[in-house]
Amino acid sequence: MSFLIDSSIMITSQILFFGFGWLFFMRQLFKDYEVRQYVVQVIFSVTFAFSCTMFELIIFEILGVLNSSSRYFHWKMNLCVILLILVFMVPFYIGYFIVSNIRLLHKQRLLFSCLLWLTFMYFFWKLGDPFPILSPKHGILSIEQLISRVGVIGVTLMALLSGFGAVNCPYTYLSYFLRNVTDTDIVALERRLLQTMDMIISKKKRMAMTRRTMFQKGEVHNKPSGFWGMIKSVTTSAPGSENLTLIQQEVDALEELSRQLFLETADLYATKERIEYSKTFKGKYFNFLGYFFSIYCVWKIFMATINIVFDRVGKTDPVTRGIEITVNYLGIQFDMLAMQLTLRCFSALNQAQGITAASHSEAIQEEKKVSSCDSDEGEVLVPTHFLHSGWNNHCHVYQRTADHSYQVLLCHIQQ
Amino acid sequence: MASLDRVKVLVLGDSGVGKSSLVHLLCQNQVLGNPSWTVGCSVDVRVHDYKEGTPEEKTYYIEFWDVGGSVGSASSVKSTRAVFYNSVNGIILVHDLTNKKSSQNLYRWSLEALNRDLVPTGVLVTNGDYDREQFADNQIPLLVIGTKLDQIHETKRHEVLTRTAFLAEDFNAEEINLDCTNPRYLAAGSSNAVKLSRFFDKVIEKRYFLRDGNQIPGFPDRKRFAGGTLKSLHYD
Repeated sequence: MSFLIDSSIMITSQILFFGFGWLFFMRQLFKDYEVRQYVVQVIFSVTFAFSCTMFELIIFEILGVLNSSSRYFHWKMNLCVILLILVFMVPFYIGYFIVSNIRLLHKQRLLFSCLLWLTFMYFFWKLGDPFPILSPKHGILSIEQLISRVGVIGVTLMALLSGFGAVNCPYTYLSYFLRNVTDTDIVALERRLLQTMDMIISKKKRMAMTRRTMFQKGEVHNKPSGFWGMIKSVTTSAPGSENLTLIQQEVDALEELSRQLFLETADLYATKERIEYSKTFKGKYFNFLGYFFSIYCVWKIFMATINIVFDRVGKTDPVTRGIEITVNYLGIQFDMLAMQLTLRCFSALNQAQGITAASHSEAIQEEKKVSSCDSDEGEVLVPTHFLHSGWNNHCHVYQRTADHSYQVLLCHIQQ
Repeated sequence: MASLDRVKVLVLGDSGVGKSSLVHLLCQNQVLGNPSWTVGCSVDVRVHDYKEGTPEEKTYYIEFWDVGGSVGSASSVKSTRAVFYNSVNGIILVHDLTNKKSSQNLYRWSLEALNRDLVPTGVLVTNGDYDREQFADNQIPLLVIGTKLDQIHETKRHEVLTRTAFLAEDFNAEEINLDCTNPRYLAAGSSNAVKLSRFFDKVIEKRYFLRDGNQIPGFPDRKRFAGGTLKSLHYD
């Protein structure tokens, strides 16, 4: 009975997320475009809904809402559906829509999209070679294979993104990097831009007049088409069209110049706006944040280099340590599990930066730790070889506690 | 030859509706083979006979300023674009017949271009919404062109064309629907070519001729004022 209630709660929340994803797609992503293929919108909303549901289930685990077995069932179901979508449907549809856009392959687009999908699957499978994913406990055609590979891609992407963010963020926030831009600079640049446009216009006028006189005289200006046309045009060419090609080359160069000038002017305007913004309160606050983040960024690069060079296994990152120390110092009584989990989530997100290279060596060390975790709980759906050591610290820490439910929880969470 | 008078016509519209293809078709009577993103502004020139076939026939240059970008871009890009909106004599608004949003964005495009001209006189009373009265006393001739007509299925053609007719009415402008990859739509003698010709004549009239038919004493092509404002740099 409680299973039915739990399921209905889960399904309503899934429908809510689906609706939210649908609206987001319509209002934000496709603000200026019209949706021609509703399949795209449906797949987006479904993926969004299931991802949010997985996150929601983790929160429910922490809070202890809903029945344990129904949570477990929904978790497994969610995992299967998401894997199905990520590995089978989305790549296939991407391939299908790419192939539909190419005129040549339009007739057999289904065949070519299947070929594309098979190529994707081949490379997807090959992705798991450098990592010790295949373990004797789980077969080759098990769900662990898929999840491990998806996890590898996910962690790498997150590492790249957070690395980029760590460097881009201080650069954007700090006002130290702002050039000084005055109004006269902008006016001078705009004047140059307009002068270039005028030069382009006068050349195009000459070309248009030449073409018109040629047309009136009855000469037809043939563009060299095909192989023989090009060979012919080397030897014979009317004087008018020769002029045209010369002027066309000059115009091309001027147009390139005008593009560069336009981009520079836009850049100057943007810098001017940033200068204005940095004088406001919010700007000053972001400037301060920028200094803080740049120090943090330098620290992380330093630690990552040390980790890779000395082949160390990284423990907790400074922010997590800092929070731990503050919490202990202030003596606040948090629910230890919830606190640790959120802290570990945060630290995992942080430590994904630039340590993927080291994860291979770590992964071998983790083999032993994970197998000990495995032995306590029969149903671990995913091996944690590819996850970094922070997660596996959990496994150790909580094995020391006698409470079995914590172990169950963590081994589930480590998926 | 370069001493013919000229008029400046802006070509505005969302990204990817076909402005560059359209301008290429209008000026070179050929289909653009490899369209690519327009960064900044690309210009092309067409030679037009004003009042063709009458004794008062005169040749003018029509400059098409094809401004790239989207209506929702950053304000830095908008300020940069504004430099091209100086002293405009006519505006062609281009929208995509297969994409309703591009037609809706035309209102914002026209406001962006028209407000730029109003700024020097200090009249800028709009909160960005469409205001019909603003178009009623607008002196600059407008033309609405819908592209990608060939991609509309026969069955939907009627409702699409009624919708665009309303759009053109809102702007108090003529409208042309065509396919930029097919020169036959603008073949000489077709109704589209006639509308286009009429539009160009109107633009030239507004610029060079007063109400009673006398010609405004024209300035020579370019006059540079030393240290003048930006507007006078491009005085025509």
